[in-house]
Amino acid sequence: MRISSITAALAFLRNTWRGLTSMRTALVLLFLLALAALPGALLPQRPLNPANVEKFYDEHPTLAPILDAVDAFNVFGSVWFAAIYVLLFVSLVGCLVPRCLEYLRQLRARPVRTPRNLGRMPHHEQATVDSSVDEVMSATRRRLRGWRTSEHTEADGARSISAERGYAREAGNLVFHFALLGLLIAVAGGELYKYEGQVIVMADGSSFCNSGTYNYDSFRAGLTVDGTELSPFCVRVDDFDVKYLHSGQPSEFRADISYQSGESLETGVWKQHDLEVNNPLRTAGDRVYLTGHGYAPRFTVTFPGGETRTQTVQWQPMNTTTMLSQGATKFDPPGMPDEQRRQQNQIAITGLFAPTAAMDGKVLSSGFPALRDPAVAVDVLKGQLGVSTGRGQSIFSVDQSMVESGKLERVARENLRVGEEIRLDDGTVVRFDGVQRWVNLQVSHNPFQPYVLGCAIAIVVGLGASLSIKRRRVWVRAAPTGPSGSDPTGGAAASPRTLVEVGGLARTDQAGYGEEFTRLSGELLDSVGGSPGSAENHEAVSARGRNS
Amino acid sequence: MPVNQVLSTYSDMAFATSVAIYILAMLLYFGEFAYGRTRAEVRERTAEPAMAGTGGTGSVDAPQQPVVGRIETPSKRPWPERLGGMAVSTTVLGALVHAASLLLRGLAVERVPWGNMYEFGSAICLAAVLAWLVVLLRQSRAVRRDATPAQLRGLGGFVLLPMVLLLFLSGTVLYAEAAPLQPALQSYWIWIHVSAAVVSSGVLLFAGVASLMFVLRVRHENNPLKLARLGGRLPASQVLDRLAYRATVVIMPVWTFAIIAGAIWAEAAWGRFWGWDPKETTALVAWIIYAAYLHARATSGWRGVRAAWINILGLVAMLFNLFFINIVITGLHSYAGL
Repeated sequence: MRISSITAALAFLRNTWRGLTSMRTALVLLFLLALAALPGALLPQRPLNPANVEKFYDEHPTLAPILDAVDAFNVFGSVWFAAIYVLLFVSLVGCLVPRCLEYLRQLRARPVRTPRNLGRMPHHEQATVDSSVDEVMSATRRRLRGWRTSEHTEADGARSISAERGYAREAGNLVFHFALLGLLIAVAGGELYKYEGQVIVMADGSSFCNSGTYNYDSFRAGLTVDGTELSPFCVRVDDFDVKYLHSGQPSEFRADISYQSGESLETGVWKQHDLEVNNPLRTAGDRVYLTGHGYAPRFTVTFPGGETRTQTVQWQPMNTTTMLSQGATKFDPPGMPDEQRRQQNQIAITGLFAPTAAMDGKVLSSGFPALRDPAVAVDVLKGQLGVSTGRGQSIFSVDQSMVESGKLERVARENLRVGEEIRLDDGTVVRFDGVQRWVNLQVSHNPFQPYVLGCAIAIVVGLGASLSIKRRRVWVRAAPTGPSGSDPTGGAAASPRTLVEVGGLARTDQAGYGEEFTRLSGELLDSVGGSPGSAENHEAVSARGRNS
Repeated sequence: MPVNQVLSTYSDMAFATSVAIYILAMLLYFGEFAYGRTRAEVRERTAEPAMAGTGGTGSVDAPQQPVVGRIETPSKRPWPERLGGMAVSTTVLGALVHAASLLLRGLAVERVPWGNMYEFGSAICLAAVLAWLVVLLRQSRAVRRDATPAQLRGLGGFVLLPMVLLLFLSGTVLYAEAAPLQPALQSYWIWIHVSAAVVSSGVLLFAGVASLMFVLRVRHENNPLKLARLGGRLPASQVLDRLAYRATVVIMPVWTFAIIAGAIWAEAAWGRFWGWDPKETTALVAWIIYAAYLHARATSGWRGVRAAWINILGLVAMLFNLFFINIVITGLHSYAGL
């Protein structure tokens, strides 16, 4: 009873395994994978663009939560997507292991014996030649150099060579599939060990050091990264320049940067690099990219007591074609040790910045992305900014709840050009001093990237070999025929005559072997002094399919 | 980088001319297809003179000796066949003018001529037309070698029809003025990645059309009453199937390379080699569909019509990737002008 249930369980497992590793299952899984990836392209994806997901929520309030519940906004991180590709790769391994063993066996085996009737092969030639069997055999051996051959002597005195080549096809196929597996592992390894951080740096000689996650504006990391052992290097942004066409389309972004890594961190030497969109800085195992840029207006506030404070804070581009930007520059009043009083006299300058001012009445917009005629349209707010309430606050805006509750009041609204100023009722002066450019840098680290590249190269090479190399066989049989009595020339009776038969078979689907076979058999028969006797050369149209 | 307006104008003129030539070629192909004999008829007619020839030399021919005074004109090829020949030469002319249009565009802006959707679509169509010409050339060689009858030319119209539509779309909806490249595209990888993508898309479009014709032909072969007029004139199903399969097999490594080259470029330009950008995702989906096609042909019960449908699905994925993803969905592959 117990034994039978064990055998039943084993049989079940075996059948499941067979089912999983069959080609049919692999096909279905491939389809499922393609189908499952589609929503990832059609629906907004949270890891790519969270703002688009929010927008989708607003537009489809009933549908969105349902889609979200099945991870449709994070397809490539979802359980069901992982389930499909894990099953596919398990199926792949189950298919590959027996095929490797079979391939090893084939590599050691000799080519199959010559079939009795070569005339039934899809490719066939024959001729009677004035050479001995030995001559034919040695000519054949010469011609079939590079083929794997084996020779046989048959009962009636005929001798034959069977030859096969194109073993690299299967090798390429196996390399391709193993490289796919390797690619998956390398990508998974990268997910564990990689990190990626974004940081905004002023293009005025400010620098950034990759010494800890606190230096970043945002930071994403793999599971094994805790932020303590980042690759040590520093980057200083000396200058940044954008070139624009007349249409406003940018034609070049370039940041002149200096960096220190490895030894130069000790010696303090700065190395130069031109950071461009297609030219990242690769140093200390990390890559530094130029991913964005923008403007930071500089404001000076002169308080009634005569103290001045100057700040240059990055504002956020709202429109990448005109570079109209928005932001908020926030000031603490000086000389107020009392926490409460200080907090109630904070100042924020918030509004729009245009690199090339285009006034529509009193409304500021931007006419061109380059810095031609900068202007700001700002509100000056005074009161409590709420920066120490404990709630996180965007650096690009003020906390609207503070405005709504009346704790933060608007005291002025003005358009300013460089050098112009606003005088508030209490004597405070806000001046727009100028503009500084900033760049957005992305630091990426993925120690597995070289392995991913290696696997990708193996994929292309393996696939190329497996689809272009033909596995094919050729057989040559040489049988002695006595000098025929009806031969009209008669005189050649002493010279030996041999019937040479050549047969060919392509072992791969739609191989197009005919051309090569015609050439091969023609050369072979020519070299032993015969011309093809029968033109029975027809390519097999119903080629047998090979498991790929 | 100034734009040479003269060359750019010539390029646009060449583009329009090539579309007109393709339309003419397409009509010629369809002319041969519609008025040519079906394959069964061809066999009967060609069989007749062969029998006459073997029947004897003097006795049969004797009554047909030319009458004195009558000038014997050499027998001409039937006119549908001549239309076909003209169609092929017209296609070659169209491809030359089309290539000139791309070349001029490249010279006008001093960069690769596939930097926006208009140029990309145009280049893909050129690749598909060239693939078609290569197939015709290989066939004509095979005809000379094995004396097999020319079978494929009848497909010409069906190959050119989608090309003319795509070119029309590229030239109108997707048209972009000659302009220098945006910074993200300024890399030598645009030569490698985009040209591989162009060639493989072109050939895969062609393979998809062949599979579509295969499905129609099989319907006719299974029941000669179905699609009697169209199906009877198409090449044999085996020929179509082999054409589609060979084209896919030849180009699949190139398509794989195109995706991988794209990943290498993305690593330098966007900071990661793979980011599930809609274009990347759909390219992978198409790749998986073609992988399924290759596997299906090695699986019993999936060969033939089912495999052909998978190839057609691949064609749909490629077209979807080409247009819908670039135009409707915002991603990193959305280019200026759209």
